[in-house]
Amino acid sequence: MAIEEQNKKNKFIDPDLEKREILSPDGEIIKIDPMKDYFCDAKPKVHEPANKVIEKFLNWSRANSLWVLAFGTGCGSIEIPSLMTSRFDANRFGVQMRPTPRQSSVFIISGYLAVKTLKRVIRSYEQMQEPRYVVALGSCTVNGGMYYDSYNTINRLDYYIPVDVYVAGCMPRPEAMLAGFNKLKERIKAGRAEGANEYAEKFDWYKANQKKIIKDWNMPDYNW
Amino acid sequence: MDNIAIKLLFTLLGLFIVLNWGLIQAGIMNKIVARVGKRIGMPVYQPYFNLIKLYSKRTSITHGVMFYLGPLFRLSGGVGMFLFMPLIFGSEYWSNFSFAGDVVLILYFQFFGMLGMALGAGEGGHPYSAIGVSRGLSQWTTIELPLTLAIISIAIQYHSLSFTDIVAAQQGGITHWTMWTNPLATAAGMLAFLGTMGHSPFDLVKAPNEIPIGPPTEYHSTFLGVLRTNAAILHVVESVLFMNLFFGGATSWFELILKTFLIYFWSVFVGVVFPRFRIEQSVSWFLKVPLILGILAIIFI
Repeated sequence: MAIEEQNKKNKFIDPDLEKREILSPDGEIIKIDPMKDYFCDAKPKVHEPANKVIEKFLNWSRANSLWVLAFGTGCGSIEIPSLMTSRFDANRFGVQMRPTPRQSSVFIISGYLAVKTLKRVIRSYEQMQEPRYVVALGSCTVNGGMYYDSYNTINRLDYYIPVDVYVAGCMPRPEAMLAGFNKLKERIKAGRAEGANEYAEKFDWYKANQKKIIKDWNMPDYNW
Repeated sequence: MDNIAIKLLFTLLGLFIVLNWGLIQAGIMNKIVARVGKRIGMPVYQPYFNLIKLYSKRTSITHGVMFYLGPLFRLSGGVGMFLFMPLIFGSEYWSNFSFAGDVVLILYFQFFGMLGMALGAGEGGHPYSAIGVSRGLSQWTTIELPLTLAIISIAIQYHSLSFTDIVAAQQGGITHWTMWTNPLATAAGMLAFLGTMGHSPFDLVKAPNEIPIGPPTEYHSTFLGVLRTNAAILHVVESVLFMNLFFGGATSWFELILKTFLIYFWSVFVGVVFPRFRIEQSVSWFLKVPLILGILAIIFI
């Protein structure tokens, strides 16, 4: 079996992604290659901003409506619930949590990123609709922090996805995160938060970096 | 008023006012819910930012034709309800396209949007969408029973299936409202109203933190913008529906805004006090108290 061979090479292929034959409701047998049929692997495109005045207005509304993907990647995610409570109340700044990458515009990488998590982060990041922003928490995302020599975590996040704002600390307190959100707002309003376009421009470089780390790459190059 | 063009113009203007009132109302309610939790909460104008942002997303992906049509069906359900709903009693300009049998049509339109959304969300293919849809449809079936019984009771009481007639019969002071003349139907209807607005304890369909956001899980960008626009319109129109049926309608925009706010606040008030039901609790709850009240309303009319 193909799966067993892959496991021998210390690689894992999701059985759901194997080529297979399926009996359709019409009684017809159809061949399915999930990697091609279930995913669209077209490369991302650069989406030029609209003209200056309109873009300024749109950026103003984007900055005031930051929808954060509720995906805790590391120890810093414990700070996020308290961010929404009455003591810190990030809702004041238009920050809301969304449970699905489709609807969210901000991705918080909260602390260290294990290689396993990086894979999920890339997938979620690519499923978010543009324009999208990344806030990286803690020193782990800057240079690896206390995990700088770990066998299983990445050191610099912006080799893998473009980062808009770093919030330093180990861990940063919710106040620091609020300051980070306000910094992100300034950046968006100034029209400098074009991470999604940067990702599309340097797509090959980012992909090469990602594949260097993720050995068992069993997903399309671009998920949608 | 004979000129259809002027009538259409006023209907569109009414839709614009209702949309804006819906957005501001959503902002105010968010603020109220936040204050209950001792938070400052989002600014009142936050829904506007959200809408502009959603419509100005640069990319969107699709899962097929029904995925496109789902939000459109939902919007046409909301706008359709609006089109046939008389807003202000005694005004030629603000009675939209209401006619002799509009109560039946509006009951139909209430369900229409949900069915369209169910098809669209199904094509999105997310498991949470399917759970949300099945919950929504089963809950809505039980909501409709007390609601329809209450409306039939009112129709028997006033010998009419027209909103204009029902509102006309309630004019002449607070004691003429259905609330006093037919309290059983009002009770059944207002309990059903809690379910139609989808606030806690009946927010099973979107169920935040549980099945993340139910049917719209895959919806994003403009699709979600359309859904949000519809939600703003629908919340006001639902309140206007109950205002016309039970609380004497409105004779001015001020009265309409005040009454719809209070009616919507009823569901928010219950929502901040009670936690979410499970689906079987919700279904069996609607089949107990509200249904019995509805049947009593029919018997003792």
